[in-house]
Amino acid sequence: MSAPAAIETRGLCKSFGALPVASDIDFRLERGARHALIGPNGAGKTTFVNLVTGALAPSAGRIFLGGEDVTALPQARRVKRGLSRTFQINTLFRGLTVLENVALAIGEHMGVAGDLLRPAGSRREVIERAFASLERLGIAEEAGRLVHELPYGRQRLVEIAVALGLEPKVLLLDEPAAGVPGAEHGTIVETIESLPADIAVLIIEHDMDLVFRLARRITVLVQGSVLLEGTPQEIAEDSRVREVYLGEREHR
Amino acid sequence: MTATTPAGARDEGAIAALTRRHRLKPLEALPWAAAIAAYFLFPSYLPLGAQVLIMVLFALSLDLILGYGGIITLGQAAFFGVGAYTAGLLGAHGWSEPITGLLAAAAVAGALGVVTGLIVLRTEGLTLLMLTLMINVMLYEAANKASTVTGGSDGLQGVVIDPVLGLFRFDIFGRTAYLYSLAVLFLAWIIVRTVVHSPFGRSLTGIRENVARMHAIGSPVLLRRLTAYAIAAALSGVAGALLTQATQFVGQESLGVDRSGGVLIVLILGGFGRLYGAFVGAPLYMIAQDRLSAYDPAYWPLAIGGLLIAVVMLARGGVLGLCDTVLALLRGKGTR
Repeated sequence: MSAPAAIETRGLCKSFGALPVASDIDFRLERGARHALIGPNGAGKTTFVNLVTGALAPSAGRIFLGGEDVTALPQARRVKRGLSRTFQINTLFRGLTVLENVALAIGEHMGVAGDLLRPAGSRREVIERAFASLERLGIAEEAGRLVHELPYGRQRLVEIAVALGLEPKVLLLDEPAAGVPGAEHGTIVETIESLPADIAVLIIEHDMDLVFRLARRITVLVQGSVLLEGTPQEIAEDSRVREVYLGEREHR
Repeated sequence: MTATTPAGARDEGAIAALTRRHRLKPLEALPWAAAIAAYFLFPSYLPLGAQVLIMVLFALSLDLILGYGGIITLGQAAFFGVGAYTAGLLGAHGWSEPITGLLAAAAVAGALGVVTGLIVLRTEGLTLLMLTLMINVMLYEAANKASTVTGGSDGLQGVVIDPVLGLFRFDIFGRTAYLYSLAVLFLAWIIVRTVVHSPFGRSLTGIRENVARMHAIGSPVLLRRLTAYAIAAALSGVAGALLTQATQFVGQESLGVDRSGGVLIVLILGGFGRLYGAFVGAPLYMIAQDRLSAYDPAYWPLAIGGLLIAVVMLARGGVLGLCDTVLALLRGKGTR
């Protein structure tokens, strides 16, 4: 038996009514992996992330985190087991400062967020840790600004900062570069490259330069099913993948 | 405007904004000074004054869930009314001690908050609005039908309330009712203020701002909302019980849906999610209602409606929001 994967799914299925969006997905994300999930629009990539995190309940199949079956666990409990994500579209506390966005995540992670009595502001360690994580991502100078005042690309970095505030073992990045101007892609890539090696990272991305730069393994998802999994080289050379990306059969 | 600040200083500012937010500001003494001044300045208006204070408390409890938690409700009078009947039934059946009456009202209303919250808080938006409204309507009708217990539409008579602490009798000038309500409001304000500045309170704000993100950072969202809902329900129950004790009577309208709407109007007028919207909105609404209904007993709601439209159109953050805007404009001019 190999060591348990960071994430494993077996026979994972999800349908919205009669429309299957995930069919029988068997997937392994190894510990410390740099794994990309690619596929055309509508392939079910974000649905897969939502199933793994528990935002959606699967129609069939099992989900394992570190070898433990978490299929029945609510989202919050999976987060407590080290699963963290970013969203394809910024999902932040827009009316709060950048610093507080991260501080809320850290407060939850440290288990102090349910406290009704002591002022949040007196928890210096939460705020200091939040600030330190902004410094690591190079956005400390934005700490006091409200999230909605930031350009979209900078907000993408806040997304990552919030996700990292949970000190995850597994990080799911849903199109981290979407909406980021090309000139700023470097910051996103550097941020992901500098993540601790023991974090398993699953990255969904359309930008193939970014995928081939970051991923050591790639899974191709088409119409809710795994078409192929392999090294970047195997994927790049596969004729079916080329057909999916370059051929005319895909209309979406 | 902030571009002139050096980056380093702004960093510290961001931290300070969080670490200092819960500290008391001098301006926060203003409502209490005003309430005490009103006691001496308007001795003949103390019964109305007590009603204003009770409305402040009621609106403050709503602010916790609506302004901070983003839980939109049209049924908060359910808890107000249940608190009012709890205190009234105790007073009518031999339990006349007022403070334990308040605590009993808080417990009953809070328990109702937990039970109904477990159902309604699984929904959002319009569904939530309708469910809270329906619970309110059902309780109102239940009180109507159970007239042998509640007195039905005649109201609950024969409520006897002992002097507060065995010393201060509820007098016809409303002095005791006013000061008693003020003391209870002060305690409730300490509770709500503590809660909104706590990590729990900040996570409520997070739920209001973006519930999907709260799930994704591992927050037990339902538990947080339920806790807030129960606290607000208990405080609304205390407000209802205060009204019972101050008037020694429980009218069926304490459970009325228009009370749920009224408290919402108070909070919108004052400005929600700011802790002090209730303190501005309640006097504004109650005094306007008192003056206008003396002027024209039939059509006074028309003027209140006009006021509400003006606030919603011109000052989205209510009166306090308007103050913020004006101050920001003045400051902007000052630095130029």
